[in-house]
Amino acid sequence: MVGGGGGSGGSGRGGLLENANPLIYERSGERPVTAGEEDEQVPDSIDAREIFDLIRSINDPEHPLTLEELNVVEQVRIQVSDPESTVAVAFTPTIPHCSMATLIGLSIKVKLLRSLPQRFKMDVHITPGTHASEHAVNKQLADKERVAAALENTHLLEVVNQCLSARS
Amino acid sequence: MAAATALEEAAAPVGALCGLVQDFVMGQQEGPADQVAADVKSGGYTVLQVVEALGSSLENPEPRTRARGIQLLSQVLLQCHSLLLEKEVVHLILFYENRLKDHHLVIPSVLQGLRALSMSVALPPGLAVSVLKAIFQEIHVQVMDGEKDPRNLLVAFRIVHDLISKDYSLGPFVEELFEVTSCYFPIDFTPPPNDPYGIQRDDLILSLRAVLASTPRFAEFLLPLLIEKVDSEILSAKLDSLQTLNACCAVYGQKELKDFLPSLWASIRREVFQTASERVEAEGLAALHSLTACLSCSVLRADAEDLLDSFLSTILQDCRHHLCEPDMKLVWPSAKLLQAAAGASARACEHITRNVLPLLLEQFHKHSQSNQRRTILEMLLGFLKLQQKWNYEEKDERPLTSFKDQLCSLVFMALTDPSTQLQLVGIRTLTVLGSQPDLLSSGDLELAVGHLYRLSFLEEDSQSCRVAALEASGTLTTLYPGAFSSHLLPKLAKELHKGESDVAREDGLMKSSRHFYCLQALSAISTHPSIVRETLPVLLQHLCQANKGNMVTEPSEITAICQSLQQVAEKCQQDPESYWYFHETAVPCLFGLAVQASMPEKESSVLRRVLLEDEVLAALASVIGTATTHLSPELAAQSVMCIVPLFLDGNTSFLPENSFPSRFQPFQSCSSTQRRLVALLTAFVCSLPRNVEIPQLNRLMRELLEQSCCHSCPFSSTAAAKCFAGLLNKHPPGQQLDEFLQLAMDTVETGLASGSSRNQAFALLLWVTKALVLRYHPLSTCLTTRLLSLLLEALSCPDSVVQLSTLSCLQPLLLEAPQIMSLHVDTLVTKFLTLSSSPSMAVRIAALQCMHALTRLPTPVLLPYKSQVIRALAKPLDDKKRLVRKEAVSARGEW
Repeated sequence: MVGGGGGSGGSGRGGLLENANPLIYERSGERPVTAGEEDEQVPDSIDAREIFDLIRSINDPEHPLTLEELNVVEQVRIQVSDPESTVAVAFTPTIPHCSMATLIGLSIKVKLLRSLPQRFKMDVHITPGTHASEHAVNKQLADKERVAAALENTHLLEVVNQCLSARS
Repeated sequence: MAAATALEEAAAPVGALCGLVQDFVMGQQEGPADQVAADVKSGGYTVLQVVEALGSSLENPEPRTRARGIQLLSQVLLQCHSLLLEKEVVHLILFYENRLKDHHLVIPSVLQGLRALSMSVALPPGLAVSVLKAIFQEIHVQVMDGEKDPRNLLVAFRIVHDLISKDYSLGPFVEELFEVTSCYFPIDFTPPPNDPYGIQRDDLILSLRAVLASTPRFAEFLLPLLIEKVDSEILSAKLDSLQTLNACCAVYGQKELKDFLPSLWASIRREVFQTASERVEAEGLAALHSLTACLSCSVLRADAEDLLDSFLSTILQDCRHHLCEPDMKLVWPSAKLLQAAAGASARACEHITRNVLPLLLEQFHKHSQSNQRRTILEMLLGFLKLQQKWNYEEKDERPLTSFKDQLCSLVFMALTDPSTQLQLVGIRTLTVLGSQPDLLSSGDLELAVGHLYRLSFLEEDSQSCRVAALEASGTLTTLYPGAFSSHLLPKLAKELHKGESDVAREDGLMKSSRHFYCLQALSAISTHPSIVRETLPVLLQHLCQANKGNMVTEPSEITAICQSLQQVAEKCQQDPESYWYFHETAVPCLFGLAVQASMPEKESSVLRRVLLEDEVLAALASVIGTATTHLSPELAAQSVMCIVPLFLDGNTSFLPENSFPSRFQPFQSCSSTQRRLVALLTAFVCSLPRNVEIPQLNRLMRELLEQSCCHSCPFSSTAAAKCFAGLLNKHPPGQQLDEFLQLAMDTVETGLASGSSRNQAFALLLWVTKALVLRYHPLSTCLTTRLLSLLLEALSCPDSVVQLSTLSCLQPLLLEAPQIMSLHVDTLVTKFLTLSSSPSMAVRIAALQCMHALTRLPTPVLLPYKSQVIRALAKPLDDKKRLVRKEAVSARGEW
């Protein structure tokens, strides 16, 4: 992936360094259980926090940190509608040239595929304006055949599973 | 006649030698090599005779035979090189050099021989270099030819290393030797996919590095090479060069480094400032650290100039302006470079600290935004931490002394800043400052303690700060128990006391959280023995007040006190004396309170009963357990002599207050409230060290067994069953154990048949089984099978309460006895999946947790079910309840 144009040239230095020492964000705690959730009768709809809880502990492929700690995923960047069965997740690579962007997107996608009911239509994409090859990565992530093929690649699947494995 | 005999005697071993050689070369046996070597060592024959005996095999047209012949000779030389004369060495080397041109199958053995010869003390000067040139020419050619067998290269590197480490005089050949080895640097080798020799890239890198970094005499050639390769575009070359430089610093001195310091520093600085790779940065910093350490440690000639100061000045000069730039872009790399150098020696640390601290202090005040200040304080913290590495003898030498007041006021500013992040760094900095010996004055400490007190009561939104403040208080208390005892403890005790008067508890929630924070602060500072002697009485006193007072006490308040007590007990584990103090003070007090609460008294019945609630008793039990597990057997024996008679005979003499209106008889059927206290006995008995003798064991076990089947109160019968099982687990094998087991099984079977106490019998069976599984008793398998058949039967029961308790029994079994459970995998999968769509949410959750636990079974057992399960688990992903979905996600993810 070659950087898209000279726009980022000036800040390249600072950006590279930022990746070596990424800013680390605090982890949110477990979601507190409400009385409504304890009640058998009340249905709880799938909301943004629930989606966030599914993906926040995915490990970054490069750093020993979670996507939440790196601020790659945030609850405000998740749009979900339970009745319409749609979910949209925007993720923000730590630097505009991050070569791992596709892998991160793939990990999020796989986690959601494994964890959400089949009725859901999911869209995982890069937060607009945060990656040099944003368009190309989004296209790959939206391409069902490509995602399926990628998951048949044992090596890739292993890396993805590693990202998804819970922290000890 | 005599001469003839002598001849025969000399000839006989030579004949034997030929036999041995034949066995080794043609017979492919390994043993003869050692035999020949031993004979040479003992003087049976000379090396020359071995060569002669080998004669024909060395000229054999078949390369494998020649290889075998050389191998024998090389193995003998490896063991006998110390016996060789110079003349023999010269001849052998000429022979071996010549053999290097032989077939590639022969080469490994030739190299082994040359290695042996290189270790000989009789190796004449000059010859070694000729050998090495021959070796590298031949091997190089072969590598070029595409043989790519790195084994030869490894041996060749070993030879050079042996030569150098033996201090062999290389004379004018240093550069040549360097040339023949350094042409491989940096190693670029990828092992072939199915390499039979298993040589990795790293093996070659490390053995070449060992050669290059083995002598200061290579410095003038190697350092320019390393500088060139650090500048290369290839990541692995950069890393290898920096690591090699790091290794060199172990043997170099100022003399070797002198001319190259400016270029080395320029390269390292550039890499750390510009790299995108964390590894390059780390290696760059490590190399700078070693360089500085090397400059700090070198022994100087009397007339030489010390380079350390000028080197450090260069670093400071290149980094300090980055620390001061308003956009703060390169502050971190600059700080890291400075810290890497400062961490290398006390002198470096002193030099850099004296220069950097004033800058950072000034910068802190120049910036006004909290997040900029936080970055500066974080850097400052890094420099402060480095001080702890060095012991400065004189107080005046310590670089921090003159900055103490400024540092303190800066930290206190950070602690009162609205930004939580800045406060957090402030707390960490305070801890580090406090850890510097003799730095803080008593006035500083009083202020610091005041801040920590305030921070310990921060509300909801800054929990992380509150927790950090508690941790800091704990650390600092170990160093300054006096300051905390006089400035913090009285405040905390007063705060706690406020909660005891009923007027103050009017303003509800606010008060109760302060109360809770106060308890936490008390346990957090119980890190010093003298403090424990003050905090424990305060906590126990508070517990008594809560029990006595005539306001309504919530169970949660008592459990909060218990949690605090338990943390104190955990902190006492380090110090046996404190631990025993805790045990002998707290345990009688807790038993006393509980016994008192269990007395049939009319007027205070509602209030005192709080102590007897399930969760409160469980919390008390947990404190007692924690205060007992780490006792020495002698002290535990002392304690058990009081507590068992309390339960069996109602002997209350050891309790602090022991005038009770009636007797304490927990095992008598009339006193159902007293019986609940068996939970405390269980906690104590099960935490005792294994070898402590328990008085009246026989009677105690019978009482427990009886109570375990009593169905009026599940809480006390379960406690009794656990205690019985715990004793069974520790009981020495023998007839008595078998009797108890038989008794227990009879009780279980009677209970199972009776109906009313079926649940109790089941719990007893569960705990007894666990006790036996843990001690590998032969009966355990039989019991587990019985238990399982009951459980599987219960799974089919339509009652959701039964389903739930069965699932909660099966879950730990799946985790602890996967082998046995594997036999029933088919039933389990089907039942669990059915129950995962039960109308009861709790059953669905428990069933999914069991599905999760099933993944602990051996993989081959699970594989046939995998796709079926994954498909079936898609359904609960769409459950209407979030808590169910959560379990489904984790179970499905695991499958």
